[in-house]
Amino acid sequence: MGTSNYKVECIISNKSSIRDPEGETILRDLVMRRGYENVKGIRTAKLLQLEVSAPNKESAEKLVMKMCDDLRIYNPVVSICQIRISGN
Amino acid sequence: MKVAIIRFPGTNCDFDAYHVLKNVLHLPSDLIWHEEVDLRKYDGVILPGGFSYGDHLRAGIIAAHSPAMTQVKKAAEEGKPILGICNGFQILAESELLPGALLRNAGLRFVCKWVNLRVDSTSTFFTSGLKKGTLLRMPIAHGEGRYFLGESEIKNLERKGQIVFRYVDEKGNTTENSNPNGSLFNIAGVSNEKGNVVGLMPHPERASEKILSPFGSSDGLAVLGAFAKTVEVMARK
Repeated sequence: MGTSNYKVECIISNKSSIRDPEGETILRDLVMRRGYENVKGIRTAKLLQLEVSAPNKESAEKLVMKMCDDLRIYNPVVSICQIRISGN
Repeated sequence: MKVAIIRFPGTNCDFDAYHVLKNVLHLPSDLIWHEEVDLRKYDGVILPGGFSYGDHLRAGIIAAHSPAMTQVKKAAEEGKPILGICNGFQILAESELLPGALLRNAGLRFVCKWVNLRVDSTSTFFTSGLKKGTLLRMPIAHGEGRYFLGESEIKNLERKGQIVFRYVDEKGNTTENSNPNGSLFNIAGVSNEKGNVVGLMPHPERASEKILSPFGSSDGLAVLGAFAKTVEVMARK
């Protein structure tokens, strides 16, 4: 079975129970101050863009999730990690 | 009898720690590059402060995967005293040798100032000679020092006496104003269950000589001195 290259994104963000002062500052001192009052919340996150060789999308996602868990790419004490395919 | 001070690319408090051990406490130590670590002949370990691997991804995480840390884990299991200062604390937390995580400061800025610390646990190798409630004055210098741990785990930590240092005001009270980085319950340092591994954000090595500290504080010696005593005991075993 052949493999293809997939672009995979890991989005690492802090759990919702943890305050995000950077997001709060952007919301309060930029977004709301300049009148975008419909914006009710902002959370910042870290994005890793990976290129992964895998037989299919599912296994590419699986491989990246395993790597994130094994290497503590995100810290499970405080963060969550979302994986998504962004293209190939 | 010897202490290993482990250096990673970006470590910058290594010589301060070395100086205090050598010239103030007269405790022999070696500065060791993280790729050349062999801890078998050492009786204690210091992970000094700095910015290992440029704090990339997260402070301490890349160093936590260094082969040196496999040996530090082994040394910890053997009961050797291990002290992580600042970035060293972050590395120990990321290595899961200590509970919790260190998030970006609540104020989003690097904070460099002197703080008051209260000793809340004396069941560690680094505070064993001290009285509970002792106040120590030391500087902090970090951007990621906001201690966090889940609610149920933090209760466990408290119960087992693993919360070692707290940021307090001059009277020894934990107040919001005395908390420099938004740490949960003003926590500045914690230990593992056995009490042989301790990490703290403040810098005892920068407060170990009256002549070098702006407030004449040598309170850091309370921690490093207790460490030195433990190392002596370990070496005799």
